[in-house]
Amino acid sequence: MSRLSKRPPDALATIVADSWSAPFWEAAKLGHLTCTQCADCGRFRMPPSPFCPHCRSQALEWPVLPGTGTIYSFTVVERAVVPGTEDTIPYVVAVISLDGAIPARLISNIVDAPIDAIRIGERVTVFFDTMPDGAAVPRFRLAGVQR
Amino acid sequence: MSDEFGIKDRTAIVGLGSTPYWKRGRSAPKTLQELVCEAIIGAANDAGIEVPDIDGFAYYAADFDTGGLMETLGIREVGFSSMLTGYGGGSAGAIGLASAAIVAGLAKTVVVVCGVQQGDLRYGAMPTTYPSTAESSFYQSAGLVGPGHMFALLAQRHMHLYGTTREHFAEVAISNRTNALTQPGALMKKPLTIDDYFAAPMISSPHCLFDFCLESDGAIAVIVTSAERARDLRRKPVLVHASAQGGAGEWGRSIYWMNMSDDAFASSGHGAVARQLYSRSDAGPSDIDLAQFYDHFTSQVIMQLEDYGFCKKGEGGPFVASGAIRRDGGSIPTNTDGGQLSCGYIWGMSQVREGVEQLRGEAANQVADARFCLVTGGPSDIPVSSVMLRSADA
Repeated sequence: MSRLSKRPPDALATIVADSWSAPFWEAAKLGHLTCTQCADCGRFRMPPSPFCPHCRSQALEWPVLPGTGTIYSFTVVERAVVPGTEDTIPYVVAVISLDGAIPARLISNIVDAPIDAIRIGERVTVFFDTMPDGAAVPRFRLAGVQR
Repeated sequence: MSDEFGIKDRTAIVGLGSTPYWKRGRSAPKTLQELVCEAIIGAANDAGIEVPDIDGFAYYAADFDTGGLMETLGIREVGFSSMLTGYGGGSAGAIGLASAAIVAGLAKTVVVVCGVQQGDLRYGAMPTTYPSTAESSFYQSAGLVGPGHMFALLAQRHMHLYGTTREHFAEVAISNRTNALTQPGALMKKPLTIDDYFAAPMISSPHCLFDFCLESDGAIAVIVTSAERARDLRRKPVLVHASAQGGAGEWGRSIYWMNMSDDAFASSGHGAVARQLYSRSDAGPSDIDLAQFYDHFTSQVIMQLEDYGFCKKGEGGPFVASGAIRRDGGSIPTNTDGGQLSCGYIWGMSQVREGVEQLRGEAANQVADARFCLVTGGPSDIPVSSVMLRSADA
C-alpha cells in the first residue's frame, strides 16, 4: 500500500505579487490556471516577467489554460526542512509542463497521489488550495484519480 | 582567443592557507573574521609575502569585506576589491578574477578567500528565512525550498532521460569517501559501502543522505600574483592556465526557475563555461590529469563530467560505474581529497586547495605527474565558473 502525497507547509505559501505576477495569482483566486503569454510574438513564459525574452515586448495576454499538464520532473520530499512541519511529509514537488502553454513549466505539487504512481510523463489536473490569508495556490492531482 | 589578450599562464597561485575543517558550528568560539584572517595569514606565510603587502581581494561569497580585513590585518593600501556574483558558482572563477586584475595592472598581490561558519540554521532551510518575493512565490509555495530539493528535480530528469541509477550516484559518494579516508583533516573517516548507501534515509528523492555534501566550518585563502614574480618566491608556483565564468541564457536562474531549455535541464549548467574554458586552454578533456568538481550533490558530479566532455551527454552514470573517477586507476581521478561530500564543504575553496596541493606534488592522495587540474565552481544559477590550473613543470 503506497503512501499518499501530502501538501507542503502552508507557511511556505506566503504569496507576494508584483505588478507583473499579480494577474497569475488573481486568476488563481477565480479558479483559473493561466500563463504569461507575449501579446506580440505569442510565446509563453513562466514565471511572469516584465519583458518577453524573445522580442522584448511588454504586452501580455493571460489566457485561461485547460488546467491539465504533464509531469516533467518531481521529487518526493521525505524530510521536513522547516522544524515543526513533520506532519507534511511526504510531499511531492513537481515541475509541470502546462497544456496550452508549451514550453512553459510551473513548479507545483502533486497531492493525494500514491507515491509509487508518480512518474515523469504522467498526466495531471489542476485544483486550487486556498491559504489562510486568502491566497489561492495551484496544485495538481494525477489525472483520473478521484478527490 | 589570442594569448595577447588572455590570462593564460601569466599569473600563479603562490600561497595557500587553510584552517582545519570543523563539523558545522564547531569552530566557535572563533569568529568568522578570525577564521578568514587565519587563512590569509597562512597563505601569506606560505608564499613568503608580508601580509601588509597584499593589495587586492577577489571574492565570490563573503560575509566579510575588504575594509574589515584591512583594519584587522594592517593592510596598507588596496587597488582591487571585487566579487564574482552568484555565490558558490563563482568559487573557481574568483581565481580568474584575481588573475584578470593582475594582468590588467590593478594589483600585484591578490587574495582569494572564502570562510564559512554556520550557526544553528541548516543550509537546506536557509531560503525559508528570506522574505518572500514575487519570484520566490513561484517555488517556495510548492515547498521547493532547499538546494537539495532543487537539484533532485534535475537528477530525476537525468535518470528518466538516460537511465542513470542510484547505484551511479552511490559510486560518486563511495569514490569520494574512499579518498577522504586517507586525507588528513577530512571530516568523514568511516568507510562507505553500497549497503550503507542504500540503507541511508531518503531526503528528497532520488537523493539520500549520502548524495548531499557536508555542512562544515573553515576558511581557505590563496594568493595570486604574476607568473614572473612567482618564480622568485619560495613555493613552486601553480599557474592559472585558463578560467571562465558566466553561462548560457537558457540556464539562467536554473534551479529557481525550472524553465531551462529541454537540452539543458538535466545538466550542471556548465556547458557554455566549459566551451569558454577549453577555447582558452591548451588542455582538453583527454589532457587533464585530475578534476576537483564542486560536489554539493553526487548527481551534479556526473553531470559535470558530461558537461566538461569527459564522457558523452547522458553517459555520466556508466562512466563513473566503470571506475573512471577513482584515484586508483581511473582515467580522471576526481575530488581526490574526498570533496565536499566527505572532506569539507568550504563553498568550493576546498576544491581550489586540493588542486594547488596536487600540482605542487604535495597532496596526501597525490596523483602521479599531475600537470593539469580542472577545478569547478558550484552548479547553480548563473554565473557558474571554472579554472584550469597547471603545474609549473608542465
